[in-house]
Amino acid sequence: MALVLNDDEVMLADATRGLLDRAAPVSAFRALRDSGDALRYSPELLAALAENGLVAPNIAEEDGGVGMGAAAVAVIVEQAAHNLAAAPLISAAMAAELIGWLGSPGQREALLSAIMTGELVVACALEEAGRHNPAKVETSFDNKVLTGRKTAVIDGVGAGRMLVSAANSDRVGLYLVDPAVDGCIVEAIAAVDGRNLATVRLDGAPAEALGGDDADEAISAAIDLGRALLAAELLGLADHAFDMTVSYLKERKQFDRIIGTYQALQHRAARLYARLDLARSVVLKALRALDEKSDETSLLASLAKCVMTELARDVLVEAVQMHGGIGVTDEFDLGLYFKRVRVSGDLLGDDRFHAERLAQEKWGL
Amino acid sequence: MSDSEAFRAETRVWLEANCPLGARNLPNAPENSVWGGRNPHWPSGDQKLWLERMAERGWTVPEWPKEFGGGGLDKHEAAVLAQEMARIGAHSPLASLGIWMLGPALLEFGTDKQKRKYLPDIAKGKVRWAQGYSEPGAGSDLAGVQTRGELVDGKWVVNGQKIWTTYGDKCDMIFALVRTEPDVPKHQGISFLLLDMDQDGITTRPIELINGDAHFCETFFDNAVTDQANIVGERGQGWTVAKFLLGHERAMIGQASGAGMGKPLEEVAKGTLGVDGLRAEPALRQEIVDNLLGSWVMQIAMERMRDQARAHAMNPHTPSVLKLTGTELNYARTELVGALNGIETLTMGDGDTRRWLSAPANCIAGGSNEIQLNILAKRALELPEQK
Ligand SMILES: Cc1cc2nc3c(=O)[nH]c(=O)nc-3n(C[C@H](O)[C@H](O)[C@H](O)COP(=O)(O)OP(=O)(O)OC[C@H]3O[C@@H](n4cnc5c(N)ncnc54)[C@H](O)[C@@H]3O)c2cc1C
Repeated sequence: MALVLNDDEVMLADATRGLLDRAAPVSAFRALRDSGDALRYSPELLAALAENGLVAPNIAEEDGGVGMGAAAVAVIVEQAAHNLAAAPLISAAMAAELIGWLGSPGQREALLSAIMTGELVVACALEEAGRHNPAKVETSFDNKVLTGRKTAVIDGVGAGRMLVSAANSDRVGLYLVDPAVDGCIVEAIAAVDGRNLATVRLDGAPAEALGGDDADEAISAAIDLGRALLAAELLGLADHAFDMTVSYLKERKQFDRIIGTYQALQHRAARLYARLDLARSVVLKALRALDEKSDETSLLASLAKCVMTELARDVLVEAVQMHGGIGVTDEFDLGLYFKRVRVSGDLLGDDRFHAERLAQEKWGL
Repeated sequence: MSDSEAFRAETRVWLEANCPLGARNLPNAPENSVWGGRNPHWPSGDQKLWLERMAERGWTVPEWPKEFGGGGLDKHEAAVLAQEMARIGAHSPLASLGIWMLGPALLEFGTDKQKRKYLPDIAKGKVRWAQGYSEPGAGSDLAGVQTRGELVDGKWVVNGQKIWTTYGDKCDMIFALVRTEPDVPKHQGISFLLLDMDQDGITTRPIELINGDAHFCETFFDNAVTDQANIVGERGQGWTVAKFLLGHERAMIGQASGAGMGKPLEEVAKGTLGVDGLRAEPALRQEIVDNLLGSWVMQIAMERMRDQARAHAMNPHTPSVLKLTGTELNYARTELVGALNGIETLTMGDGDTRRWLSAPANCIAGGSNEIQLNILAKRALELPEQK
């Protein structure tokens, strides 16, 4: 498919934006953060999004879903990022991908429609290292119980179910666990950006397998999807912070001049504009590849995550700098984006991780 | 079979039968370019034949209308043709400022008579055009051109000097920005004139560049003349034509730079230091990886630009983005190739070294990269100018 949003995607973006501007302004996220609420997302917002078909639209039609692709999910995630809308969208899409790929008919029926309606949050516990390392799977599945420790579990706090990757006799499988069972302890990571993140200690927690013993391919695909969606989130965050900055450059005066007339600042802003323009193509390319199941999907998802992590970081550093003192105050919204960009950037691999992966796997260096 | 599949199949057969082997898989190097003109230089007989065959079908300019020597293809067919040419490694048959710059401007602003007179010769490669924009005192501030034009007895009489005229000494005709209305604000007093260079009133003097080529010239106009009809657009409206043409020039420089010349960087690295050698030099490896990442991003951005053009949804600022990014990446790549090749290749006889010495020019030509940043700040971001 062409690297241009089609009419349906444009309509989806507008509809999502409209809903979020009403139901989830940035002030709502700030209030939630300040309340110290443990869930860190809003069940009401989740319900409202679900009612409009905006939660896990990648669930296939035969499973009762809307059957849209990764690109559609990304359109929603990108819009949500603009408002810092507090809803478990990425975790839902990744869980849907894994369950759709591996689940038995019974598991699919029990889980997918509940995810779609927002009644059930299923978190994916795939990570074990503080710094992203998908190869590390030391958690074990033995005698129908899980033992090990997972981290960086997105939307893990309060999740109704968890999908845990673990080593069985000789492969890596995926296991469904109810976090309420004995032997499963979920603890919040108080992440700076106010996102729901958790560690999970598994100490003989009973679990059932999703699919057979070998879930490698499905896990990789879910990680690719997660990376591309995080790239879309970073794009929304960076766009938003950049627009705030360009507006500020047009209004703030110093030395009797609008600061946006200073060429030193103009050129820095123009360079960021150029990089955002290029990065937009890369994110869309990765999403189209996911939907077309291209051979290069995984590398393109890495490229998108790589480019957007670095760019969003640079945009936010510049944005704060160009706002001067106000930029580093908690009262001003920019700081919320500054923190979110950091955490989204590190999840599922930062730019250095992906650059190294591409160096080896794409270019053989 | 859909129309498009049928077109692809026919094109494939025709190209197989008509593209001579000597016009395939040529390194993308200056010495392999065919520029045509009244005194053409042919790198090989095969390339001459290839140009003639392509020109006959109008496929040197696939999207121009047939009546003006083009192929009359739509954007989709043109993309298919490009893909099929790439598939067999067919070299582009004709390099030409006429095709890249003047042609699009004539199609947009020219009279019917001008289009009939000039476009077919551009398409066939029979006339080679030069670009007479820059002057010693008017580079980035191009609207400051001082070369004068006066209408005398139905002819324009032109006096002044241009500089940096690419291949000025080898060209047949020149399109020039000339001040015809001296008493109005600078952007409103310029006309876009077409002049034959084969006249006593125009002389050129080559300027040697750091890459050893002398491909630019100073061009002097000393009572040069051209017919009154050889003006594109209205009198005093030349700046509009000039800006339109610069948009095409930028996109072209950006794409050409982004596509890169010579071997892919990772191949150079493997063939010189090798993978282990490179891992022992993490700083160098990092720069190489950054450059490869940037080039991959450029490729995808160019793909999107083509898709956007097809969907009539172009971002008008993308040419500046590609020009800025493509030329910087290209400079960095040529520099890295030199670092990998080692000191014995740092000679004027080495192709990679000459490519490195050519690369800075692209950051300057077509509006310097600083000017692209100014354009983006003003047009894309609408940042205010200092009063
Ligand atoms: C390979 C090549 C081919 C060319 N071919 C042709 C040709 O065929 N025909 C033709 O007419 N011209 C041609 N040119 C000329 C080219 O368009 C000019 O060199 C270019 O526009 C810059 O002008 P200048 O050289 O006078 O530099 P200047 O304008 O003097 O610029 C000097 C420096 O100042 C910077 N600068 C200038 N103004 C500003 C500003 N407002 N803000 C910030 N920085 C600024 C520039 O970016 C540059 O770094 C060619 C140039 C090259 C390198």
